[in-house]
Amino acid sequence: MSVRRLAEEQPTSFEFTPENRAWADQQIAKYPPGRQNSAVISLLWRAQKQNDYWLSKPAIEKVAEILGMPYIRVLEVATFYTMFNLAPVGRQHVQLCGTTPCMLRGAEDLKRVCERRIGPVGSVAKDGALSWVEVECLGACCNAPMVQINDDYYEDLTAESFEKLLDDLVAGRPVKKGSQIGRVSSEPVGGLTSLIDPSIYKRTSPTSGAGLEDSAAKKPGEPANVQESPAPSPPIADSTAPRRQ
Amino acid sequence: MLADKDRIFLNLYGLQDWGLDGARARGGWDNTKAILDKGRDWLVAEMKASGQRGRGGAGFPTGLKWSFMPKNVDPQRPHYLVVNADESEPGTCKDREIMRNDPHLLVEGCLIAACAMGVHACYVYVRGEFILERERLQAAVDQAYEAKLIGKDNIHGWPFDLYVHHGAGAYICGEETALLESLEGKKGMPRLKPPFPANMGLYGCPTTVNNVETIAQVPDIMRRGAAWFAGIGRPNNSGTKLFCISGHVERPCNVEEAMGVPLRELLEKHAGGVRGGWDNLLAVIPGGSSMPLIPAGADQADTLLMDFDGCREKKSALGTAAVIVMDKSTDIIKAMTRISYFYKHESCGQCTPCREGMGWMWRVLTRMSEGRAKKSEIDMLMEVTTQIEGHTICAFGDGAAWPVQGLLRHFRPEIERRIDQYSANPDTLGVYDPPTPMAAE
Repeated sequence: MSVRRLAEEQPTSFEFTPENRAWADQQIAKYPPGRQNSAVISLLWRAQKQNDYWLSKPAIEKVAEILGMPYIRVLEVATFYTMFNLAPVGRQHVQLCGTTPCMLRGAEDLKRVCERRIGPVGSVAKDGALSWVEVECLGACCNAPMVQINDDYYEDLTAESFEKLLDDLVAGRPVKKGSQIGRVSSEPVGGLTSLIDPSIYKRTSPTSGAGLEDSAAKKPGEPANVQESPAPSPPIADSTAPRRQ
Repeated sequence: MLADKDRIFLNLYGLQDWGLDGARARGGWDNTKAILDKGRDWLVAEMKASGQRGRGGAGFPTGLKWSFMPKNVDPQRPHYLVVNADESEPGTCKDREIMRNDPHLLVEGCLIAACAMGVHACYVYVRGEFILERERLQAAVDQAYEAKLIGKDNIHGWPFDLYVHHGAGAYICGEETALLESLEGKKGMPRLKPPFPANMGLYGCPTTVNNVETIAQVPDIMRRGAAWFAGIGRPNNSGTKLFCISGHVERPCNVEEAMGVPLRELLEKHAGGVRGGWDNLLAVIPGGSSMPLIPAGADQADTLLMDFDGCREKKSALGTAAVIVMDKSTDIIKAMTRISYFYKHESCGQCTPCREGMGWMWRVLTRMSEGRAKKSEIDMLMEVTTQIEGHTICAFGDGAAWPVQGLLRHFRPEIERRIDQYSANPDTLGVYDPPTPMAAE
């Protein structure tokens, strides 16, 4: 467990923007009537996003009011789930994965970068541009070490590439999301070891192939069923019938 | 090695189109109606015959789980399917690839599973941090609605609604009853079982919770037949599995392999082998951080077969098949201390043995990793892990106790050596405890 409390200084009010309010109603509609409580995480998350990535007390109360829930139940949720930031964070909020798979691949080097540039864990830089926390496994272990900054994952980092990434983000330069060493996702570096056989991507079922091919072009001036290619022969059996019993 | 033609996740690496056209080109959504038309009993029987065991960690047979759902649907208590995409087990990153690269496998699997259990509404609970993955899955769901593949009035004749829900960063919500609590808008605290979710689940209605990979394999099992699936792997451990290889290997990656593949072959074929060669292996965690580690050695990691029974023979478990490799440069006590910290951080705090025990174990291990401990504390730590294991509502307590037990079972000499080294230093002699004792968090 971790101790999580609301920030000491709180704004006086919170109101969803009209778009977010409409979005909230859509979320509530996903659940059966009378089960609108289910939308509490989505609404808190939206409120946090609207409020510069932190959740204030008026926002929690607003969500409770919309859902007709007692304040304490929403407060419980807000303090239980660690993605809710209960105090202001930097414009670029770094969540650094420090769990064992990332640690084995060098997450501690990244931690030192954060400590040097931003301050001890949990701190916000003086200019408000950066803040960082250490979080538990973010589920990108084949691309370790990695961080999440605001909504995006940045993977396969080294201390140098992480430093450059922070520089670019603070300066507002475009950055590459995902792997920083050019991987598409979690494939092995230096060439695939599986999914190499091209025939697996060629369909063998009756509806295989592209919808329209050159030979299917209609002859000029003719109705659409008169094509360059000969008329297709009818299927041998009904293709909608079950194929195996 | 598994042949490419027997793979299910053809777009595991995202090198192809993730969308509906791409999914169709890879054989998805191909005459799904014919599968559904075979009826509920056939689907469950086929699932049982395939021998698929749940891919989320516990390895419970999927067909059997499906058969627990009530036969008749009470209109007052509709059935629900909940897909567990709260992938947070350290080392595991397979469901993420499915959701962002092949989401239609999951959507189609949900429809088939729903038909097999009399379900008309399904929720996919995606972990909060997976924002891109959630958007991708939602886009695939929208595509499927638009093409009338799912929805109230779809071409398959089985009214079915699929909703994407998300969490906000709590590992415990991967536990099925905690997930249901969270889905109901509460703190993710596990419920006592019984009643089991198949009887009293989401909103008090019959519910089945399945892992993403479990469900995403369903369309291929139905299309290619249970015999095909059961023919891969060993008896009681059938099918293919996504392995997440991380840690000290040359090329960490996700890969789909047959169950029962030898660990060494898995690492050397797909991940470039252990950094510095096989002899440089210190230990491996075969199934995500909750499972005990297996050290290198002729009767240990060298001969480990990666399936449920193979891992059990080595006193560990397959779990989520997240292989965390540690070479000889690893400070094994520190690595396990970090795992212990993870559990301390993620305990929901409901049961006392877990809430207090996690912090206690972490603090003792922190001292042990420096050598600042007594040798008698090793036995005491072992005793405490057995007091936590099996004394909590959910399996979180077990999952946190096992890695520590694995460490003590296999690396006791290393801990003793470190204690000796620390106490041999005259400057530190006798400083066993921190100057100010820390209260339990």
